[in-house]
Amino acid sequence: MQHVDGNALAGPLADYFSFDVTMARARCLGCGSISELARAMVYRSGAGTVVRCATCDAVLATLVESDDRAWIGFSGVSAVEVRRG
Amino acid sequence: MSDRLTPATDAAATAEAAVPVVADSSTAALPRSETPRAGWHVGTVVAARRETPNATRLELDVDDWPGNAAGQHLDVRLTAPDGYSATRSYSIASSGPSSRIVLAVDKLPDGEVSPFLVEEVRAGDQLELHGPLGAYFVWRPAVETGSPRPVQLIAGGSGVVPLFAIATAHADAADPTPFRLLYSARTPADVYFADELRGLVAASAPLRLDLVYTRRTPDGWPVPAARITREALEAAVIPAAHEPLVYVCGSTGFVERVADWLVELGHDPRSIRTERYGGT
Repeated sequence: MQHVDGNALAGPLADYFSFDVTMARARCLGCGSISELARAMVYRSGAGTVVRCATCDAVLATLVESDDRAWIGFSGVSAVEVRRG
Repeated sequence: MSDRLTPATDAAATAEAAVPVVADSSTAALPRSETPRAGWHVGTVVAARRETPNATRLELDVDDWPGNAAGQHLDVRLTAPDGYSATRSYSIASSGPSSRIVLAVDKLPDGEVSPFLVEEVRAGDQLELHGPLGAYFVWRPAVETGSPRPVQLIAGGSGVVPLFAIATAHADAADPTPFRLLYSARTPADVYFADELRGLVAASAPLRLDLVYTRRTPDGWPVPAARITREALEAAVIPAAHEPLVYVCGSTGFVERVADWLVELGHDPRSIRTERYGGT
C-alpha cells in the first residue's frame, strides 16, 4: 500500500492525546532532523501504523490498536516540542 | 526571511530556545493549533449528488460540530453488522463555524469506504465522523496571521478538496493575499467544484486558476493533455523569489514529484505544506 503522511495521524492519535500531535515537532533519533509529525511518512497495514522520518526514513513511532487498548511507541524520537497554551 | 514572521509571544520563543530548532518560517506563520477540539459526531446526510463521473459531493448536518478551519479533514468510520469497522480520512471542502459541512469523495476502485460513500449514501443516512482533524494543513486569513506572503495552491485530482476550502475561505474573508491555484485533473468532466471555482476567480479576493489536463482537454485548449512537467509547474506557480507559502495535496506520487520540483526551483522546503492521500 502507498504510504501517506503524518496528517493522517491526527484522527488515530486524537483518541489518546489531548492536543493535536501532528503539530508537535519531533527530533529524529536517527538523523537529528526536527519536523512536525504531520510531515513524517506514514505506512499503514492491518497490523498497525509505522511512522518514518521524512529525512532519513528511520522509524520514529509505531501505533498498534486492538479492541480495548493501544500500544504507542516512540522508539525513534529523542525529543518532542509541544506548544503551550 | 523568517525574522518578520517570528511569533509575537515569548512562550513560542522560549520553546524554540529549549529545543534548538532551525529557523522555521512555516510554523512561525501558524498561530498555535487554534483549531476546534476533535471529537466523535454523527452526521446526517442532507444532500448527495454527483460531483464528477467518479466522485460524489456530500452535504452533512452535524449538530454538535464545533466548526473547522480551512484545510482540515475528518475521519469517517463505517461499521458492518458483524462489528468489522473501517475508517478513512476525507478533506472537508467547507470551513467556518457552520454545522453544515461538505465533503467530496472520490471512488477508489478497491476501496472499502469510498464506494459506499460515492454510490450508496442517500439523504437521511447517518455517518459516524471524527473531527475536525489536523492543524498543519490549514490556512488562515492574513488579518489573523499577519503574514503578507502570497499563497500557491497545487492540487492533483481530488486533492483539490482542502484547497477549495482554503480558496473559498480566502474569498469569504475578501483577503487581499495574492492566491494562485494550479489544478491537475484528468479531463474537464473530472474538475471538482467547477462552477464554484469560476465564482472564486471572479471574486474580489485575488485568485488565479491554472488548469492542467492529463487525459483529455477541452476543445481548442492550447496544450495537449499531459501530466504536469517541471517546466509547466515553473510557468504556473508563484516564483520562489516572491516567497509564497505553498500547499500541495494529491496522490502520494503527485505530491512528492511536485514538492521535489518546487525545491529544485528554489522554494524553501519549510514553506511547502503537503498532504498525501495515498495511491492513484
